[in-house]
Amino acid sequence: MNNDLINYTLHLADNSLILGQRNSEWCGHGPILEQDIAITNISLDLIGQARNFYQYAASLKADGSTEDSLAYLKTEREYKNCLLVEQPNGDWAQTILRQFLFSNYQYLLYQQLQSHKDDQLAAIAEKSLKEVTYHLRWSSEWVIRLGDGTEESHNRMLKAIDELWRYTGELFMPADYEKESGIELTVIKDGWNKKVNIVFDDATLIPPSGGGGAFMQSGGKQGKHTEHLGYILTELQYMQRAYPGCEW
Amino acid sequence: MTTSTIDKKTLYAYLDEIKDPEVPVLSIIDLGIVRDIVMHGEEIEIIITPTYTGCPAMDMIAMHIRMMLATLGFKKQKVTTVLSPAWTTDWMSEDGKRKLKEYGIAPPNPRQQVCDDKLFAAAESVQCPLCNSYHTHRISEFGSTACKALYQCDDCKEPFDYFKCH
Repeated sequence: MNNDLINYTLHLADNSLILGQRNSEWCGHGPILEQDIAITNISLDLIGQARNFYQYAASLKADGSTEDSLAYLKTEREYKNCLLVEQPNGDWAQTILRQFLFSNYQYLLYQQLQSHKDDQLAAIAEKSLKEVTYHLRWSSEWVIRLGDGTEESHNRMLKAIDELWRYTGELFMPADYEKESGIELTVIKDGWNKKVNIVFDDATLIPPSGGGGAFMQSGGKQGKHTEHLGYILTELQYMQRAYPGCEW
Repeated sequence: MTTSTIDKKTLYAYLDEIKDPEVPVLSIIDLGIVRDIVMHGEEIEIIITPTYTGCPAMDMIAMHIRMMLATLGFKKQKVTTVLSPAWTTDWMSEDGKRKLKEYGIAPPNPRQQVCDDKLFAAAESVQCPLCNSYHTHRISEFGSTACKALYQCDDCKEPFDYFKCH
């Protein structure tokens, strides 16, 4: 079987699962009820996407893997999500910015992926794109609301940019298994930068002048993660490790 | 009645008895979740599509379909999920929309209005399912389930769910 396709599918699944898990930490802690519901709805969409990708990866692997074993029983190095999605929630500004930076990427990625030569990847992308459109709109509006809000909210956005910007470069650096995926990362990068500029402009924020100079962290796609992923997995995998095969 | 004599129309009528566990006034036919019924000799295949990727009701719906088929005597059966073409509220039946409104949930508007990435677009004009006023405002784009947004009526003051365009 085509290992690149399996690894690429798992990379897509892990991105969605880990960000979904991160967002779900807000459940019951959102700044106001409506936004608590919004961020956990986004979680649910992401975990739904992850399920579709894991189910497909399990069928490709055809070695007894299931969506559950691929989500819950991998070790840290086996996760291929990008570093951005595993970063801590921080305050609301940091969560919002992480969602915006990622949804912006995912929106452009799924637009390409929906005409992928692999029918199932294309179908999952087509299905998910409508939901991601919601996520992108919602998070863009919040970036503007906070950036162009009070002095306090503006400063918090600046701090969030400081924290997260270094993890955005990896989105556009293809991993080995990504090179034959047919996805044009340079096209996504252009569209992504354009959108960041538009939204930041409205938000009275300035993107760091990265252009080749800014140092970017990478490694997540190859399984080399920040220290945060281990803590996420401790919580995510607890039930399946403590009670193997448990269901409800 | 044996399984070989059940025609598609009868099967659709049975499937119409299966409700969405989260919006129990709507059947899976009303929602447009059932895409096709295919007979492969002895085996029956029901093809369904999810409303939202993370909709937790899908597993239960698939189980209810399998139980219904077993009750009808189908020994070989499968429920297949397809994702493309992606589900849209355009597939909801007019009957379903009427039932939703009676239940107190505003049905999706006939035309999609907010399904692109334009920012701060005016909220969709949604009719209050209780007093029929269009004088309503959106509280949140996200609601109690993935398929709903939260609105409030400015006339009768009732908050209500809107089954949003998708």
